[in-house]
Amino acid sequence: MRRVGRGCLAFERPPALLGRAAVGGKREAQGPLGADLDKTFGDTSLGMDTWEQAEAQLQKEAVALALARAGLGPEDLDLIFAGDLLNQCISSTFGVMGYQVPFLGQYGACSTMAQALLLAALAVESGAARQAAAVTSSHFCSAERQFRLPLEYGGQRSPTAQWTATAAGCAVVGLSGRVKVRGGLVGKIVDLGVKDPANMGAAMAPAAADSIARYLRDTGTSPGDYDGIFTGDLGAVGTALLYQLLAEEGVHLQRVHDDCGLLLYDRQRQDVHAGGSGCGCSAAVLCGHLLKRMEQGELGDILFCATGALMSPTSQQQGQSIPGVCHVVHLTAG
Amino acid sequence: MRPMDKEEYGRRVKAASPPSPVGKDCCFAFLFGGSICTLGQFLGEVYQGWGLALADARTAVSVTLIFLSAALTALGWYDQLAKYGGAGTLVPVTGFANSMASPAMEFKSEGYITGLGAKLFSVAGPVLVYGVTASVVYGLLLYCFPALGGLA
Repeated sequence: MRRVGRGCLAFERPPALLGRAAVGGKREAQGPLGADLDKTFGDTSLGMDTWEQAEAQLQKEAVALALARAGLGPEDLDLIFAGDLLNQCISSTFGVMGYQVPFLGQYGACSTMAQALLLAALAVESGAARQAAAVTSSHFCSAERQFRLPLEYGGQRSPTAQWTATAAGCAVVGLSGRVKVRGGLVGKIVDLGVKDPANMGAAMAPAAADSIARYLRDTGTSPGDYDGIFTGDLGAVGTALLYQLLAEEGVHLQRVHDDCGLLLYDRQRQDVHAGGSGCGCSAAVLCGHLLKRMEQGELGDILFCATGALMSPTSQQQGQSIPGVCHVVHLTAG
Repeated sequence: MRPMDKEEYGRRVKAASPPSPVGKDCCFAFLFGGSICTLGQFLGEVYQGWGLALADARTAVSVTLIFLSAALTALGWYDQLAKYGGAGTLVPVTGFANSMASPAMEFKSEGYITGLGAKLFSVAGPVLVYGVTASVVYGLLLYCFPALGGLA
């Protein structure tokens, strides 16, 4: 590992993705990426008694499928980095507990997949782990009851609101493989004072702009050098704001950019308002769709920039703004 | 990235965020709320036809609407109606019933005491607190200034 420029990380022995898997619920199965998900559940309770247990089950399934694709068992993993949106990351604890793999719980809101993947890659390159897994999940129903209102409460959603994905994604990192983790950047907490919890994309866009601009500057690259730059969960409003913020820096992202929150659902058809969100959204899009396209040779060089809104119902009720963070992971195929 | 003024960013967020369709929302609220009230009026007439006194008929209407709202909430239909009805389904007594029934269903998973019992008023609680407080203030005012009663 070496540092490039002010804050970029570049792997000297780039770790590789050995396995990947994405799972989702009914709405995700009906979305444009439904066919890319390895397993989907028509019953979003997954046969469990509570929504939290259902979300834990999503993580468990994602890890099992990713290990199967890698041809490994849980005993081959030396570390697992797992995260979700719930208090004390209970979906991660109960989801991966049964595998008995040394566990480091992660929280970075919807940016957690990039955080966990970067740490898994660091662990493998440093020799701390032969193989490490990164897994994150979210569930619409468990998130609604923790962050918003009871599911059956009759209310209206604002057009800027995003839909928490019922999904999970897992990537298994090792030393040799076709898709490599080349480097990345750990994001700073950026806060431009957005207080509306129904407009998370707007709250996170400045963090995404900051991390992307810093990554490009430190590496001396421009958006055209990549086959795709994928932000995690800015939705329609956040994406528009990201373009504005970066245009002022002279960076024009439109041609190569897409947002995981806009890829997972069809906004015209699926009533998700500004798009998807949640730790499981960018994780499922990465592990189900983007890595698949990389394996198939459709994408060679991408930046995965998952964004998180670092707020809680308490901070929000106390009148605090919603700070954002965005971590960048650079992946190449071939 | 160049540091940006929070106020300037706030203006941009506002410009980039599509507003709620207020006109459409108001029309739907009028239609849904009006329909619920018309149903209430119809039920009131029916109950009076069955021989209930006006005051009793009105009570029976409230009971019926609360039952219907809780039943629709339990079936998972009320929030689907409210998505379109908005304030039209929120303001009548049906909205209050939904705000009690929905947390009861949601938090049952944490047990009948610490879940259902403790969270039952999590949405409706503030309405009760300030509603009861306002009625006490009004009662005191009426007691001190009986002439106010004549205005009502």
